[in-house]
Amino acid sequence: MSKAAELAKAGETLTNQPSGRKNIVINGGMQISQRATSTTGVGNASGYFGPDRWKIHKDATTAGRLTMTQSTDAPAGFANSLKMDCTTADTSIAAGERLNLGCSIEGFDVQHIKKGTSAALPMTLTFYVKGDQAATYNVEVGDFDNNRCFYKRFAVTTDWVKITIAIPADTTGAFTNDSGESIALGFWLVAGSTYNGGTFVEDAWSAYAANVRSHSSNTQFFDSTDREFFITGIQLEVGSQATNFEHRSRGEELALCQRYYQRKSNGYLAGNGAGTNQIAFGVPLPVSLRATPSTPPNFSMHRSGNTAATVSINQVTFNSDADNALLQLRTSGLSATDEVAYNVHINGILELDADM
Amino acid sequence: MNIENAQWCPADTITGITDTLTATLDGIPLVIPKDPANRHYAAILEWAKIDGNTIEEAD
Repeated sequence: MSKAAELAKAGETLTNQPSGRKNIVINGGMQISQRATSTTGVGNASGYFGPDRWKIHKDATTAGRLTMTQSTDAPAGFANSLKMDCTTADTSIAAGERLNLGCSIEGFDVQHIKKGTSAALPMTLTFYVKGDQAATYNVEVGDFDNNRCFYKRFAVTTDWVKITIAIPADTTGAFTNDSGESIALGFWLVAGSTYNGGTFVEDAWSAYAANVRSHSSNTQFFDSTDREFFITGIQLEVGSQATNFEHRSRGEELALCQRYYQRKSNGYLAGNGAGTNQIAFGVPLPVSLRATPSTPPNFSMHRSGNTAATVSINQVTFNSDADNALLQLRTSGLSATDEVAYNVHINGILELDADM
Repeated sequence: MNIENAQWCPADTITGITDTLTATLDGIPLVIPKDPANRHYAAILEWAKIDGNTIEEAD
């Protein structure tokens, strides 16, 4: 490359470099794992089982099972990775089966990509992967608002490998500016013909079609109980140049994750009697939640002065401004119908789930 | 997401508003707010469109 070309490239990099936080992905280094650091028997349901923000998506019934772990096996410069270890094989993948590891990114956080306009910017996706043996999978970058997708296959070896993928600008379809899912980032590990029976398109945006979401020659992760898949250092950034991973402080990364999921344990909450069978109490939130949260109905909890009284959550409301979630407990035997203050002791874990 | 059942919670005794339901999703019981941005509520709305699936009235 000539000196002039080098300077032009450097100028392009500087021009495209965002002035704020560059990594669109939250918890790409897998350092936050609020729900669990290891979960066995994963594979019979979609959900969150390991590091925050990383969700297992499955369809159809599969015999395949895996253990998902926040691992300390990581490339130099990283403390953690997400490990998936096949514990029960499924060597006969039915048409409707799929298993992918995904992360949803909300519309508020991707407006700077200017997708769907003539000024749309390219993106670059980088990540580190490793396996127990050679394998080939594919990544999907989905535009959830406009049913458009970008796909790219990548190879896994027994050593940590850094994968860099250039994603061209897409002038079709703008991201909706709201708290809903705009980008669906997914790593496809298992796919039946419903998802890999079409003609796979790489390196270009295309209209969504279910049967092109994975490649028919990809490795099926559930083909052997030897199979392992490690991933970390996931970074999606604006621009055509891959830059070093944006390492954020633990506190900063935790706060970013808490917009989607928070948990409280072994604490006291102040409540207010409301009628003869309700206690309303506010749960202070360290970070505003993305949406009104779901929560388990019967965690171990009692009200002050009466440890025998059982309570269950009857109602969840939410101030979207939003430094409180208001939970309404339903109980019995309150002593008055007027407003009385109560202390509610959480013996177990109160989960607030506003993830996508 | 496997939804086994869904039922509205009793109305708030003060406001009279019903804006929460309980459901069992993938074997896990949850209290779910009536918020379309909540993924569990969105899934229940899709589930309720299928013939035979109904969100039960409150007890």
